[in-house]
Amino acid sequence: MRRIIGLIVLAVIAVGFILTFSQIPFGKDKIDVANYYIKKGIEETGAVNIVTSVVLNYRGFDTLGEITVLFIAALGLGAVLFVERKVQKRASDNQEDKTKNASLILRTGSHLLFPLILLFGAYIFVHGHLTPGGGFQGGAVIASGFLLMYLAFPKQSINKKSSSVVESLSGLVFVGIGLLGLVFSGYFLTNFLPKGIPNTLFSAGIIPIIYIAVGLKVGFELTGIIDDLLGRSR
Amino acid sequence: MNLIYNWMYYIASGGLILIGLYIVLVKTNLIKIVIGLHFINTGVNILLICIGYIRGRTAPIFSKPGINPTNVVDPVPQALVLTAIVIGVAVLALALSIVIKVYQHNHTLNVTKIKGLKW
Repeated sequence: MRRIIGLIVLAVIAVGFILTFSQIPFGKDKIDVANYYIKKGIEETGAVNIVTSVVLNYRGFDTLGEITVLFIAALGLGAVLFVERKVQKRASDNQEDKTKNASLILRTGSHLLFPLILLFGAYIFVHGHLTPGGGFQGGAVIASGFLLMYLAFPKQSINKKSSSVVESLSGLVFVGIGLLGLVFSGYFLTNFLPKGIPNTLFSAGIIPIIYIAVGLKVGFELTGIIDDLLGRSR
Repeated sequence: MNLIYNWMYYIASGGLILIGLYIVLVKTNLIKIVIGLHFINTGVNILLICIGYIRGRTAPIFSKPGINPTNVVDPVPQALVLTAIVIGVAVLALALSIVIKVYQHNHTLNVTKIKGLKW
């Protein structure tokens, strides 16, 4: 019964989808508002990566909102799981810790790979205005490095206090730079620093600074999520 | 061939969205429902990216001299999807934590057996 009703609903949605998207040709030029970003982006923001200049300059306020959504999701996860963990800790005092150690290959390999993964993540978010990538992707790479460490050493965990300090400070840097823009040129998140020569590392004004902050925030937030989800089995 | 050449990405993203919706509507296991939600998320991301794609053009990054404003794709959908992916992961984690709580409370993951939802 559920299946039949579900299939009927799906058929209705599929017909709507087909009718809508048969009107939108694939691969044709339908750029409208982005023409301005593409043509004026480099001289206005100094970043050669137009996606980055849209994310952090033209729509920087949106990105602040998205960071907030990410923060609230991590906060909600911690709030949902927190009470449980206290009870768990009392229960696990009595019985032996059942987590097994990882294999020798994983432990040795993670020692080799962990610094390289962190370096790669940092490279991605420092070069966010020059190459594909940026704070969100670099942060995800850093969190994957921490996930590898969690898999290799399941009994250890990161220092929760210092990671949350880094996370909050990087969030404050984002807001603080926005407020500095308000002070210097009258708009929130204005690019008030010198633009520099495009296609060099020290260019694009505030964009690299904000992207470093975003990268650290996303990286440690996702690491915190991993820690919260694993904390139950410990 | 022409159908596939012109509509392949729409078919793929629409297929992912419909598979996800089918899982959400029909399956009774909560973990599977969360996986279905992530299917929908991925399908929407692919849909947004392929709306912005223009055939024969390259990424909107002017790092080489040969790239000029007439041969790059639309940067706005890519900017939207860039943040949506990371947020999708965080929301997935939040949903899974709620599933953990539901399991501890009811000792089952089957939504038809969780009586607290019914009146």
